[in-house]
Amino acid sequence: MTKTFRMEDLDCANCARKMEDAIRKLDGVQEVHVNFLTQKMILCADDDRFDEIAHAAARICQKVDADCRVVLA
Amino acid sequence: MNRKQKRMLYRILLSAGLFVAAILIPADGVLQMLLFGIPYVVIGWDVLWTAFRHILNGQLFDENFLMAIASLGAFCTGEAMEGVAVMLFYQVGELFQKCAVSKSRRSIAALMDISPEYANLEENGETRVTDPASVAVGSIIVSKPGEKIPLDGVVLTGDSVLDTAALTGESVPRGVHVGDSVISGCINLQGVLRIRTTKTYENSTVSKILSLIEESSEKKASAENFITKFARWYTPCVVIAAAFLAVIPPLFFGGWTEWIHRALTFLVVSCPCALVISVPLTFFGGIGGASRAGILVKGGNYLEVLAKADTVVMDKTGTLTEGVFRVSEVQPIGMESAKLLEIAAHAEMYSDHPIARSILEAYGKQPDAARVQQMEEIVGCGVRTELDGETITVGNERWMRENGIDCTACPPYGTAVHVTQARKYCGYILIADSLKKDAAAAVAALKRAGIRRTVMLTGDRKAVGEAVAAQLGIDQTYTDLLPEDKVAMVESLLGKSTGSLVFVGDGMNDAPVLTRADVGIAMGAMGSDAAIEAADVVLMDDHPSKVSLAIRIARRTMRIVRQNIVFALGVKGVILLLSAFGYANMWAAVFADVGVAVIAILNATRALRIPK
Repeated sequence: MTKTFRMEDLDCANCARKMEDAIRKLDGVQEVHVNFLTQKMILCADDDRFDEIAHAAARICQKVDADCRVVLA
Repeated sequence: MNRKQKRMLYRILLSAGLFVAAILIPADGVLQMLLFGIPYVVIGWDVLWTAFRHILNGQLFDENFLMAIASLGAFCTGEAMEGVAVMLFYQVGELFQKCAVSKSRRSIAALMDISPEYANLEENGETRVTDPASVAVGSIIVSKPGEKIPLDGVVLTGDSVLDTAALTGESVPRGVHVGDSVISGCINLQGVLRIRTTKTYENSTVSKILSLIEESSEKKASAENFITKFARWYTPCVVIAAAFLAVIPPLFFGGWTEWIHRALTFLVVSCPCALVISVPLTFFGGIGGASRAGILVKGGNYLEVLAKADTVVMDKTGTLTEGVFRVSEVQPIGMESAKLLEIAAHAEMYSDHPIARSILEAYGKQPDAARVQQMEEIVGCGVRTELDGETITVGNERWMRENGIDCTACPPYGTAVHVTQARKYCGYILIADSLKKDAAAAVAALKRAGIRRTVMLTGDRKAVGEAVAAQLGIDQTYTDLLPEDKVAMVESLLGKSTGSLVFVGDGMNDAPVLTRADVGIAMGAMGSDAAIEAADVVLMDDHPSKVSLAIRIARRTMRIVRQNIVFALGVKGVILLLSAFGYANMWAAVFADVGVAVIAILNATRALRIPK
């Protein structure tokens, strides 16, 4: 399943790159793009665990840039 | 500037005031440190706080952390003034950077402002405003002047003129009438149109284009991948170098403060932000600018390959020619052209053959059925009828000769239809696929853009193909090709070209060739899903001259990318060297960090502009 999430206050391009690197290493993630310009994350991951993976990805984003939020809903 | 950015501006001004005051007040030692501490906290508290939170999260080496260490380090080595200045400069640069990024984000967003906000749905004789996404296929919508057409459909009633500039870059409006198909995203300029929708919003042209542009940033060019890899290594390397610089030289030469100070300068330059922002921004700008001109590029990687193009292979029918057979010449003998056309049109009036259709179209009037008797169609030859009591034959040359009629020689391109009246030869009508208006200009523009070789492929006969190629100034022509031959042809050309090979087709049954070429360009995508799927670059209209524009946009984008990479790396490298030898202070380092980022971003936004 592939889903696009809006991101708030993603302020640095280098962070977006770091987020991508870290999320890609998560188990069950097929592909991920964190787009600094459109402020969006496109996540492609296993269907049955998608929500869990999305939450983990959001936590990673916040870890990399403490002010950044992924809008999960 | 948004609210957050404005607040930052006030903080910068306040801190700068306090900073100047601290410089003017004569004090030394601890008191001086405290005086400089005030503007430092005002400007830098959030950086320190974020750095602290990131350390707790195990995120070392981020920008905030590096700036915090550098400025606090300056305080500790007794350079309080420099510590404040570094933080102040950094925040000013960051503010500039954010403004520049949000400005270019906005201008790109403005380019993509083609999505319709609402649709006027007609139900039971009443219209109501609704979300385009909720309109089912086959519904009737009403479009008023000044509104965007929300969904693809067919005009049921009304005439109007549509502005397609946002989709195709074409500034001349397009007239639409009953029965014409219309495309979402166009602006209705004149009349009220009632439209039966043929697609859901999701499958409409507008959503296709928007998702294509959004997804384009996923297909990264190798320049972008290089930057990503570079960024992964750059910061740790510079930080380690800084650590060595702080410890090793003083062991031999002494002077700890000085070397620590130089090491701190290193840290300031260690963020790869300028590159990480500006390179993808340039590609995004290039793709955005191209879409404004009606050229959809599916990814930065295609811009990169397109910039290296040296061979352009084009399909003939539908790409360089209209792909529609029309009467291109009427050559009568012993009568008026109009008379010849009239005879032929009456003779062909009951035929469904495409040639008959085009003759009737050229005639333009409704033939008078009462004048025609006894029509006979001879397959592969022509038709024989009685018109006003005289025998008329309309057919090909072979059939004429079989019947003992001597025909005039006709041009090699196109199909000639000969006409006789009462066994007397009256001349011929030439039916040909006409060249697109800008086809010759398109080929010339490719040559000017430095394309080494232009090639035309066609399934048509040798005579027709070569006549067209000669007219357009194409270098090489391959004729009598079946669709599968075209793939083989492109493959052999691929082996011969040193740069990249671009194939241009109209998206009709040339999908395999589009995929095989280095870059596949499909044109006339207005309404054709197959073309959008198969191609790497999609031209919204069917002007072959857009191909050279696409190549020029690609080259310009790549030039800006290279400028940014060289500039950012160059400045950083120089500052690193200078600071290692003690010639550059932290101020210069801050410039190297944020200043370069701002300049690179501003340079990147140039990619949005379309070259003339």
